Amino acid sequence: MNEQKNRWGVSGGERYLPPTLARVGLCPPWRMGIWWFLGSEVVVFGGLIASYILYRFHHPEWGVEAAHTLSSIGAINTVVLLTSSLTMILAHHRVEGKELAGAIRFLGVTILLGCLFLGFKSYEYHHEIKNGFVPARSLFWSFYYLMTGLHALHVIGGQVANLVVWQGLRKGRSLHRIESVGIYWHFVDVVWIFLFPLLYLASSGGVR
Amino acid sequence: MRPITKNGLKRRQKLDHAKESFWRRYVFSVDHKMIGKQYLITGLLMTLVGGFLAFSFRHQLAWPGESVPLIGPIGPDQYNAFVTMHGTIMVFWVAMPILLSGFGNFLLPLMVGAPDMAFPRLNGMSYWVFFLSTVVLIASFFVPGGAASGGWTSYPPLSAEPGYTGVFWGGHLWILAVALEFTSMLMGGINFLTTTISMRAKGMSFFRLPIFVWMINIASLLFLFSVGPLIAGALMLLADRLLGTGFYLPASGGDPLLFQHLFWFFGHPEVYVLLLPSLGILAEIFPVFSRKPLFGYKAIIYSTIVAGILSFLVWAHHQFISGIDPRLAAPFSVTTILISVPFAIMLFAFIATLWRGSIQFSTGMLFALGMIAEFMVGGVTGIFNGSSAADIYLHDTYFVVAHFHFTLFPVTFLGAFAGIYYWFPKMVGRFLNETWGKVHFWVTTLSFNVVFLPMFVMGLAGHQRRIFDPTLFDYLQKHQYLHVIATIGMMVMFAGQIPFVINFVVSLFRGRRADRNPWSAATLEWVAPSPPGHGNFDTELRVVRGPYEYSLPGQQKDWLGQTE
Ligand code: HEM
Ligand SMILES: [Cu+2]
Repeated sequence: MNEQKNRWGVSGGERYLPPTLARVGLCPPWRMGIWWFLGSEVVVFGGLIASYILYRFHHPEWGVEAAHTLSSIGAINTVVLLTSSLTMILAHHRVEGKELAGAIRFLGVTILLGCLFLGFKSYEYHHEIKNGFVPARSLFWSFYYLMTGLHALHVIGGQVANLVVWQGLRKGRSLHRIESVGIYWHFVDVVWIFLFPLLYLASSGGVR
Repeated sequence: MRPITKNGLKRRQKLDHAKESFWRRYVFSVDHKMIGKQYLITGLLMTLVGGFLAFSFRHQLAWPGESVPLIGPIGPDQYNAFVTMHGTIMVFWVAMPILLSGFGNFLLPLMVGAPDMAFPRLNGMSYWVFFLSTVVLIASFFVPGGAASGGWTSYPPLSAEPGYTGVFWGGHLWILAVALEFTSMLMGGINFLTTTISMRAKGMSFFRLPIFVWMINIASLLFLFSVGPLIAGALMLLADRLLGTGFYLPASGGDPLLFQHLFWFFGHPEVYVLLLPSLGILAEIFPVFSRKPLFGYKAIIYSTIVAGILSFLVWAHHQFISGIDPRLAAPFSVTTILISVPFAIMLFAFIATLWRGSIQFSTGMLFALGMIAEFMVGGVTGIFNGSSAADIYLHDTYFVVAHFHFTLFPVTFLGAFAGIYYWFPKMVGRFLNETWGKVHFWVTTLSFNVVFLPMFVMGLAGHQRRIFDPTLFDYLQKHQYLHVIATIGMMVMFAGQIPFVINFVVSLFRGRRADRNPWSAATLEWVAPSPPGHGNFDTELRVVRGPYEYSLPGQQKDWLGQTE
């Protein structure tokens, strides 16, 4: 039977379609599903970021507070996360080229970098809390912990998904999933690119 | 209709003969029809909870201090909790699951000609997440401090600071339950959109989709893009409650108004999440029972899209008295009143559909007509609330309560009943009894007016909402008899549901059998067997025309199915 195969020759998300109806429109359902999911995620962070920015206008003193974040580690973490997005792309590329061994290696590196990111982040939290910068200290820190915390939860969720896909790659199954986790991982990356300047770098406001 | 291909047949036989265990089939089902029914039944059962709460506080309003049957006298704290939970349950645990998830799940794949949802397992999971949310919500009644009582909008500081209400756990559980419910609805929304876009049968172009499918998708989009800010707002609320942050506390530099903005940015589109599926149900019923093509098919779609976009621009009409700048109030008044234009277009399209049709007053049709009539009262009174000048007086009075019940009650119950009477034959292969259905219709609709019309009068006279004991205020004494009338009306309304429940249960097993297409309707769901098996269709589908081709000139019968 002519089962729907995607371009990697794997039958994936279309499993439930009887052949007579296996007509896939713009793109396969799993890809569309992940994009809708991201759409709903964007507005969650959008709500937080918009609230933060609106409050920030009224609180120039937050610039002084932001000076207490560990910008150097934040910068390192930005590089770590961006690099992990790069290795994710490389993994995806290897899967398309049917080089599974390379894909497994690169996804593995992505996962390690994700762990590194979380490690640095924990160190930051630890350092900050030790110095009394706790969520209830001021509104700035409330936002800081809520936004980076929510982001970190997304990283953890992404890591779990990455591990599942990594396991799948090693068994040669469900290869198309690399694209789903890839899209998601880039999203997590992009969110961080918004958070980093907002929470770490925009400290000059204190001058006012 | 061509016979099904060999491969498809084999697949179908495998599906039919795969002996599904009881659990797989009725409980942890991945079949969109069963999931739709699960949502429908859960929603109907939650009506009992929400309705009982309404009964309790209406009883208190009519006869303050007297003992309410089954639970005894209720105090002000309980009153607040009951009002809060009534609103929460009716909106999120009754209207949404019944209209969007219940009907959406059951009908959408059938109407687009798909064998199931795009992600059946995600779909099954969404129901169980929803079920969990229900358990959490009901559990919140029984924790120390009782259920949430800061209103269904959960405005801080009432909801953020347990000191005001004495509610601690109840508030956390409220947020958790709502979060779970939203998760489940998001899973559903993603499924609806994906299914519609990529699983349509051959020939089913976007402009051959039934209006109901359009409505479900636009509603899903509205939900998808409006709920995020509220989730963000709820996270901040939770942090305020648990971590001692001050997002909503002026003393810490926060602002309770922020929550209102985030809430209503979601809250207003949410009303359309309930309204659109209900209008979709009407759009399916009117052409069938007037034997006429739907008037203005594309106009309805475009105006829904316009209304959907506008719905993101009107939220602050809920905040006219929250101290927003009058320069801001004016544009929000304008967008609010503008939004009545697309809905007027839709209503006129419906009326034009009925115009000179050969109308058949089946029970489904009666409920659909009732929904339109009552909803118009709600819509017209909305203009009063939408203009800031009038709303400054009317805000938080019973006028508002009357207004939103005149929109939400028809949308939720009359719309859902219309759908239930109309699609019951498809769902279970049997008819509901029409005579009892008509009794049900007349009692429900007439008593509904007895409950809520008096509230317009009370509201115009300045009777605020959320008042525990109106007899304590001299200026409200002269309206006490209206409370009594409303409460008696409500009791009649509840009694009016008994014929429905009996009819429902009896017809489930004893109802007159229905064949595939008992109403001679043109949309695809009527091509499938009644009830459809796993995989839905036993013939290959090739859609060749739009969904509402009735009484075409030169045809022998007065309708043409989408595949003919
Ligand atoms: C069974 C018929 C119903 C009755 C008798 C009823 C009665 C009431 C009354 C009297 C109030 C105002 C209480 C107060 O302000 O002190 C109220 C509030 C409310 N109702 Fe209903 N209602 C019914 C159905 C519904 C439905 C179907 C919905 C929505 C789908 C709904 C949503 C609400 C909401 C959102 C509130 C505001 C709660 C709050 O103030 O926090 N109700 N209801
Ligand atoms: Cu509104």
